[in-house]
Amino acid sequence: MLKVEEQQPVEFSSALIAKCDEISSRYPQGKQKSALLPILHEVQAELGWLSSNAMDKVAAYLKIEPIEVYEVASFYSMYFLQPKGKYVLEVCRTGPCCLVGAEKLMEHMEQTLGVKEGEVTADGLFSWRGVECLAACGYGPVLQIGPEYTFYENLDNQKVDTLIEELRKK
Amino acid sequence: MARKLLLEHINVPGINTLDVYRQKGGYRAVEKALKTLTPDEVVEEVKKSGLRGRGGAGFPTGMKWSFLAKPEGVARYLVCNADESEPGTFKDRYLMTHIPHALIEGMIVSSYALGAKTSYIYVRGEMMPQIRILERAIAEAKAAGFLGKNILGSGYDLELYVQPGGGAYICGEETALLESLEGKRGNPRIKPPFPAIAGLYGCPTVVNNVESIAAVVPIINDGGDEYMKIGIGRSTGTKLISASGNLVRPGVYEIELGLPVEEFIYSDEYCGGIANGKRLKATVAGGSSVPVLPANLTLKLANGEPRLMSYESLSEGGFATGTMLGSGGFIAFDEDQCIVRNTWNFSRFYHHESCGQCSPCREGTGWMEKVLHRLEHGHGKMSDIDLLVDVSKKIEGNTICPLGDAAAWPVASAIRHFRDEFEWHVKEPIKSLQGNYGIANYAVPIAKAEVKQEN
Repeated sequence: MLKVEEQQPVEFSSALIAKCDEISSRYPQGKQKSALLPILHEVQAELGWLSSNAMDKVAAYLKIEPIEVYEVASFYSMYFLQPKGKYVLEVCRTGPCCLVGAEKLMEHMEQTLGVKEGEVTADGLFSWRGVECLAACGYGPVLQIGPEYTFYENLDNQKVDTLIEELRKK
Repeated sequence: MARKLLLEHINVPGINTLDVYRQKGGYRAVEKALKTLTPDEVVEEVKKSGLRGRGGAGFPTGMKWSFLAKPEGVARYLVCNADESEPGTFKDRYLMTHIPHALIEGMIVSSYALGAKTSYIYVRGEMMPQIRILERAIAEAKAAGFLGKNILGSGYDLELYVQPGGGAYICGEETALLESLEGKRGNPRIKPPFPAIAGLYGCPTVVNNVESIAAVVPIINDGGDEYMKIGIGRSTGTKLISASGNLVRPGVYEIELGLPVEEFIYSDEYCGGIANGKRLKATVAGGSSVPVLPANLTLKLANGEPRLMSYESLSEGGFATGTMLGSGGFIAFDEDQCIVRNTWNFSRFYHHESCGQCSPCREGTGWMEKVLHRLEHGHGKMSDIDLLVDVSKKIEGNTICPLGDAAAWPVASAIRHFRDEFEWHVKEPIKSLQGNYGIANYAVPIAKAEVKQEN
């Protein structure tokens, strides 16, 4: 399963390490493992996804076993253990959003981007996937884009097309 | 107009900033509590108010606080549950986005009442924008002397931090949330011990929902007795309702508990009726985990009286004819919606979100999703319907945490009230793929004489 790129060494920037230090200071002495989830978010925001090398580095930083990082990273849905597009369009696919057209929106997205759920477009820019309830049921259909998790509400096909065009131009 | 306690100033420009929030009376509760009340007196006010947990379970907040163990020399924690993930619920996101200081103020007063020196707000990871908003609000409050050392000269110290989750519904369960906050997988703990005895880092801990904590502010400002006067019976105060689905005006509304359901759905002050001139077929009144009800039982009790938005009235009749207020996630389905499809959708959600710790839930949610999938896609058998009921019964009550129940109830209730629609999917697979069953008799008003006794 391990791809070649995963074997490449990973460096954390000094800004990232400073951020990790700040996060670790939020917990009582000896409870620094609490910093794991927020640190994984920071690492993912910098590197795009969590390779095993990146996770090993986090383990070393927090002085915990690598398995303690793997088991957490694989449990939570927000961590990417495979490379992904620069922009991941995550569409809510749970009940209330489906009542107002989320399923049709996902079909449209598949056609527009030309890739199936979870795949990356040839230019490396986009992936899309359905995710479970994003707690914005009154404004559906909705989608979010990491790492800042910017939110787009009350979507239709046209709005999604415009959004994709804007991201492409960035 | 109904009284608003939480959202009164929601439309004031700049209410997300400390200055405007204070101009509108913000942080009075902190001053009052820290300068004039003892921690026990704050707990007493909350007890008097009758406030019940707004996250879904409805357990009295003051009582939960009074269970907190206070051994000498051991830290105590308050953790705010902002992991809002229940399908249909989006009130906490709304509150944190627009009035973050209401939550910060509530956290300060509540932490003071419980004797917590460090408190955490656990926000679901997808709400990164809200996390930034809260962090900014905390920095403002700290600069103004409402957080940190010796707050307002009272000698009370408090540090408040925001913790992002990782995208797991299960972390809304309080012990799973604590595991996650400790940097682990979100597996719920076996209880007892309850968090009040051994919670975060094994220390006594209280976990409260965002809305419960925000409600402490008006309770301290106006007194528990005043708060108790709002609402009906044991459903005191106001409640944020997240309205979604096929409504003219979906959104977050603050209601006084006891409002008739019919008024909530149809009046222009609230949802404004069903969108596109359609008729109401069914509702889920309290977030996806509570039983689904047909339109007639949503609006009226089995005895023909109007149903109210309150803990008691919504659960009137038990699961035979009632449902639950839950987290206040009100989802409306119009006549074109398919109950089988929606039940399948919810089942997929619970299967996806099961932590996998207990086999009835891990396996059962998968089976329910699979069987509902084939019913929805025209491959179902008549025996599948009873099979679903059977599986749901084997999950319910047999798991460490309530996710199992939450997965079982929507399925069991859909079959209880909409069995003919499920049967139609089996009898007419082609038609069910092309069209939908429609509203049938689900909206026919219930006459008192026609009430059937459920066994």
